[in-house]
Amino acid sequence: MVHGEAWTLKEFFVYPNEYIYWSIQIVMYPFMTGLVAGAFVLSSLYHVFGVKQLKEIARFSLVFSFALLPCAPMPLLLHLQQPLRNHHVLMTPHFTSAIAAFGIVFLTYGMIVASELWFVYRGHFVARALHLRENGRGVVDHLLAILFSLLTLGAWDVGEEALHRDEKAVKVLAGAGIPVACFLHGYAGFIFGSVKANALWMTPLMPVIFICSAVVSGIALCILSYVAVCQLRKLLGRRAAARDDLSPGDEPGGADPAIVALTARYLLIFLVLAITLELLDLIFRGYTAVKSWDILRSVIYEKDFVKIFILQYGLGNLVPFILLSLPRLTIRRAVAGTLLVLLGVFMMRWNVVIGGQAFSSSFAGFMEYRLPIVPESMETFREGLGGALLVAGMPYFLFFLISRVMPIFPSRQNY
Amino acid sequence: MITRRTFCKQALLVAGGTVLPLAALELFDPRRLLAEKEEGAKVRWVFLVDTHKCVGCGFCVKACKIENEIPYDAHVSRTWVERYVVTKDGRTLIDSPGAARDGFTSSKIDQNSAGMVEVKDEEIAKAFFVPKLCNQCDNPPCVQVCPVGATYQTADGVVLVDRKWCIGCGYCVMGCPYGVRFFHPVYNVAEKCTFCYHRLHKGMKTACVDACPFGARQVGNLLDPDDPVTKVITSERVSVLKEEYGTKPQVFYLGLSMEVK
Repeated sequence: MVHGEAWTLKEFFVYPNEYIYWSIQIVMYPFMTGLVAGAFVLSSLYHVFGVKQLKEIARFSLVFSFALLPCAPMPLLLHLQQPLRNHHVLMTPHFTSAIAAFGIVFLTYGMIVASELWFVYRGHFVARALHLRENGRGVVDHLLAILFSLLTLGAWDVGEEALHRDEKAVKVLAGAGIPVACFLHGYAGFIFGSVKANALWMTPLMPVIFICSAVVSGIALCILSYVAVCQLRKLLGRRAAARDDLSPGDEPGGADPAIVALTARYLLIFLVLAITLELLDLIFRGYTAVKSWDILRSVIYEKDFVKIFILQYGLGNLVPFILLSLPRLTIRRAVAGTLLVLLGVFMMRWNVVIGGQAFSSSFAGFMEYRLPIVPESMETFREGLGGALLVAGMPYFLFFLISRVMPIFPSRQNY
Repeated sequence: MITRRTFCKQALLVAGGTVLPLAALELFDPRRLLAEKEEGAKVRWVFLVDTHKCVGCGFCVKACKIENEIPYDAHVSRTWVERYVVTKDGRTLIDSPGAARDGFTSSKIDQNSAGMVEVKDEEIAKAFFVPKLCNQCDNPPCVQVCPVGATYQTADGVVLVDRKWCIGCGYCVMGCPYGVRFFHPVYNVAEKCTFCYHRLHKGMKTACVDACPFGARQVGNLLDPDDPVTKVITSERVSVLKEEYGTKPQVFYLGLSMEVK
């Protein structure tokens, strides 16, 4: 079977070689990079612009952004027909291609996030290493002491001046990271926007739309995960308190509604920007009505109507907009809102990537994507529901691992 | 201890010193030297399709599949033939069942999931066949978008794929407005019509040209004024497909109708 044949359904006239070649993993790719960029921008609001109330969520979202980072190229690897040759992009980059710079942009961004994290957590590493060296017992503690000593990279000075310099470095890196994060994602938009052969993708607005929706989705996921982690901590804390007979005041509290409300406001700003640009694009296409408009109109208003107007704009944009902008935002309402926002952004990626292939370049036929749910082969697993869930679940696994080394909440213990 | 000022100065000096010899490399660009020596290219392969002569027998598709080892029953092909049926009430129906490998054996038109459509003879205003293949564009978008340079244009204008270097991202497949690219079912890399480059270089014609019983397909060298193909292209009214994309396609058509997509 030819690649793409398993999930493509053709209608009317489609060129013989046309299939949906860019499937679910290419939907996941901009969705994941968007989350990375958005989480980073949120953390920078505190570090660069000094929005003090966001201190707690800033640290959280920075670590989360780092956990999401390796998951951005993962869908690409799962999508490549020759995944073992992925390093060719770095070895022989062909710079007329938008994809060629991916390795460079991605690694630059990764290094910025990693070094920012190091400056944020250096004091913690030193404290942990020293504590474990003195009080550590057993092999595990010994290994952990070595790990934390390595993580300090030999910088043991935790004097006030040195820590102050760390803070300054964090500020500089967070500042430098914002344009790079936007570039990383705007560039994902450029990959689509620059394909002149695809009538739906080709628009200079694509990178900007991608950045705005990226920030929206990143903030939404941070709010959601922040609330989830806080609730989990509260639950575990209560259980621990019951076991150890601690006084009730020592338990960690739940998510702070003030933080959630403030973060949601930033989300709304970017949401409005994203919708405005998307609608502008749609109106412009309808008004200019060039050759491709006939087929685009039948895709947008007929074939994909439910996905675009009900799921994306309705459930994914309008409903959460109302939910989040009504006064006295509760945690529960915020969770519902952010979940819908994530659905909306995911559907936007879907409607761009899959929608862009829903019609033949002959403009005389349609293609329908049937997401493989039960994998019958490696191919239908990689580019099916299984592969997508693998990519979606990976950040949480990584986040768990990283947060063992870099605690996201101030600890009760003193080292 | 080194001061910041001297560090910056010395860093600039080192950076400048490293860049300088790199600039010298530009002077010895081998391709430019070659071009200067040979006074420009002598060959530009082009294709000429006379749609008036095509009867949709599909011999070209069959020959291509065998010559270029594209799995015979796989639903992809380097070249294909389209059938256009325009009805008196203005509808255009197009199909290319199995890339027309076995020709058009039924008068019903294959509309994929919309089923087979029967058009009565008396309702037909006009009907014709259009063979398609890679346009070997002068400004090939597929070459532009390849992230690793695995697809490239030869000096004589043909666009090829390096099967050992292609990573299979599919960007070139997406970038081609003509839909000529696909993934090879065996090698799992991007695949396309090469104008039978291996044959052209032995002085032969492409497999499809040799297989066409009616001379609907011809291949030639645009830079040779005595080439019969060049004579037709330069003296007759020829057209190309999808000019609006700025790809400068090099497959020229005689008798193309406005319905052709």
